[in-house]
Amino acid sequence: MSVFSFTRFYAVIAKEFVQMRRDRLTFAMVLGIPLLQLVLFGFAINSDPRHLPTALLVQDRGRLSRSIAQAMANSDYFDFEREVSTEEEAHALIERGEAQFVLQVPENFERDVLRGDRPQVLVLADATDPTATNVALGATEKLLSRVLDDELSGPNAWLRSSPPAAVAVVHAAYNPEAVTQYNIVPGLMAVVLTMTLVLITGLAITRESERGTMENLLATPVLPAEVILGKIVPFILVGYVQAGLILIAGRYLFQVPMVGSIPLLLLVTFVFVVANLAVGITFSTLARNQLQAMQMGFFFFLPSILLSGFMFPFRGMPVWAQYLGEVLPITHFLRIVRGILLKGSGLAAIAPEIVPIALFALVALTIGLVRFRRTLD
Amino acid sequence: MTGPTAAASVEPIIDVQGLTKSFGTKVVVDAISMKVRPGEIYGFLGPNGSGKTTFLRMLCGLLRPDAGTGTCLGYDILRETREIKRRVGYMTQRFGHYEDLTIRENLEFVARVYGLPRRREVVDEAIERLGLEARQNQLAGTLSGGWKQRLALAACMLHRPQLLLLDEPTAGVDPSARRDFWEEIHQLAAEGLTVMITTHYMDEAERCHRLAYIAYGRLMTEGTVREVVDDAGLVTYLVQGGDQQAIAAALRREEAVQQTVAFGEDLHVSGHDRAALEAALRDALGGDVRWRPIDSGLEDVFISLMRRAEDNFR
Ligand SMILES: Nc1ncnc2c1ncn2[C@@H]1O[C@H](COP(=O)(O)OP(=O)(O)OP(=O)(O)O)[C@@H](O)[C@H]1O
Ligand SMILES: [Mg+2]
Repeated sequence: MSVFSFTRFYAVIAKEFVQMRRDRLTFAMVLGIPLLQLVLFGFAINSDPRHLPTALLVQDRGRLSRSIAQAMANSDYFDFEREVSTEEEAHALIERGEAQFVLQVPENFERDVLRGDRPQVLVLADATDPTATNVALGATEKLLSRVLDDELSGPNAWLRSSPPAAVAVVHAAYNPEAVTQYNIVPGLMAVVLTMTLVLITGLAITRESERGTMENLLATPVLPAEVILGKIVPFILVGYVQAGLILIAGRYLFQVPMVGSIPLLLLVTFVFVVANLAVGITFSTLARNQLQAMQMGFFFFLPSILLSGFMFPFRGMPVWAQYLGEVLPITHFLRIVRGILLKGSGLAAIAPEIVPIALFALVALTIGLVRFRRTLD
Repeated sequence: MTGPTAAASVEPIIDVQGLTKSFGTKVVVDAISMKVRPGEIYGFLGPNGSGKTTFLRMLCGLLRPDAGTGTCLGYDILRETREIKRRVGYMTQRFGHYEDLTIRENLEFVARVYGLPRRREVVDEAIERLGLEARQNQLAGTLSGGWKQRLALAACMLHRPQLLLLDEPTAGVDPSARRDFWEEIHQLAAEGLTVMITTHYMDEAERCHRLAYIAYGRLMTEGTVREVVDDAGLVTYLVQGGDQQAIAAALRREEAVQQTVAFGEDLHVSGHDRAALEAALRDALGGDVRWRPIDSGLEDVFISLMRRAEDNFR
């Protein structure tokens, strides 16, 4: 009777593995897309920007403030545009895009430093480019500590010790959620998996029909579940190769901090990978040919990128878009990856995000199984 | 016409009634009924597009008939397709194995899918029988057309099916391989395997125990070679000498002449009314042309059937 057979299941897996190994295009896609995306998003969004147009708002007339202004003018990171005298002027500059940053040295800065009150230097930032903001913050911190080191000598030398005598604080004008480069690389993991896995499996079944091997396959006792699952399994491995690639690149190329548990992340990745493969396979059963399958893949890919919170802050989207986004597995996986990597979230914290992904996978697989054509009609 | 030769007690391997299939508005298989008995080699002939492949696909559960019922190996062709698939070896007309797998990998896939025990041995044996030991690791896509056919044939016999459905298995296969193939088929049939085979070759048709000829989805005739020829009631004359082209053209204008078919130097002239045909030949042919009655051949009969189908069903 129609009982799932592991021998037949394995037959399909083994065959798919061999075919995958011999298919250069798939291979190129598996390795090429993650690398390409990393380069595009990771490097093109310059992770080490310099010469950022910056203005200075000095509200303190001390020697220390002048030294800061001097150090800034000498720094590579900032292109010193001009000095402004009021906060309104500063905001206007940023709004017009003439300056990306305004460094604000508050009133009584020197006095507060000498008192040991640890005053703040405000980095007013146009945070639409979060990477630049990060760099600016880092550069300001360095600059401050150098100036302070130089200036605080003699009787004031005791102020040099940590904690630093003054701190830099970012005040982001736009994009207050401040998606940082640290957000982008983990996000890429979700995007790359969605893109490649849906596309690759999208071709899996239409290819059999187009090459004329479907007739033979259907003439054997193989069951739809054996075909569909057998075609999914080899690509789970592909998903892991890609995830690994991106994690390694994120760690060593982009210095993304990885606070949480990597094993936990890899575990959850399984559910996400299966969900995407299920979508691809389902497209494959719905499409008449490979072109249609590709189109469906892109159709799925677009909202995945736009509505998931990868490109735009999720809470900033209209409500309907948020509802749509909630359906997509990538939305939840993004939260999981960022949660685990950046915030160190544990299983309990991410569990509510796993459930929708698993549900999605289940529904997609069911549709695929039902829609799998058992005859040539 | 279902021959009275076989005992009625023997369960037919294929037993279908009124099988019908349409694509869109086009009726491709039109109410075909057929019985095939165990151990028979059953030839299935008909012009291109007459519905042979479609019929075979309905037998093994690859297409759902629009109408009709029947059994294959005793299983219902509508409801028990899985049981049928397990026991039938179907060779598709178009090469349907994986071109990016090697010969061995393809055979191993088939062996696994049918859950064959002693898989290695079975595959080794098949490769040996094919004589492809040296090339077993060659990609199937790089095989020549004839070798692909032979691989496909080996693959569909791997699980020792009780019934073979072969869709033009010898298309593009060289004569000596074709002879080997037919010897093997007869050997297997003697051991009890039933074979249904489509072909366009007359010599192959003559090697079948029984034949069916379809045109425009309709069964035109059925029976042994002898029965098919006799039932056609066709009278054929052999015409030799003279200007064959001119003779053929002249004869075709005669009412009594149904068809003229050139066989190299000879011309076969056929009709249904012996007296009228002889009269026509006497009228049309000069003294230097020799002509005499011969037995109608399968080809004469099939061409006649095809013409008749064209007149009636097109
Ligand atoms: N899936 C399909 N959809 C639409 N039409 C089809 C389909 N399959 C077959 N046909 C049509 O049905 C008719 C019969 O096709 P079939 O393949 O059964 O012929 P055949 O007798 O095997 O021909 P040949 O000798 O050329 O192999 C053809 O006109 C073909 O175009
Ligand atoms: Mg055909």
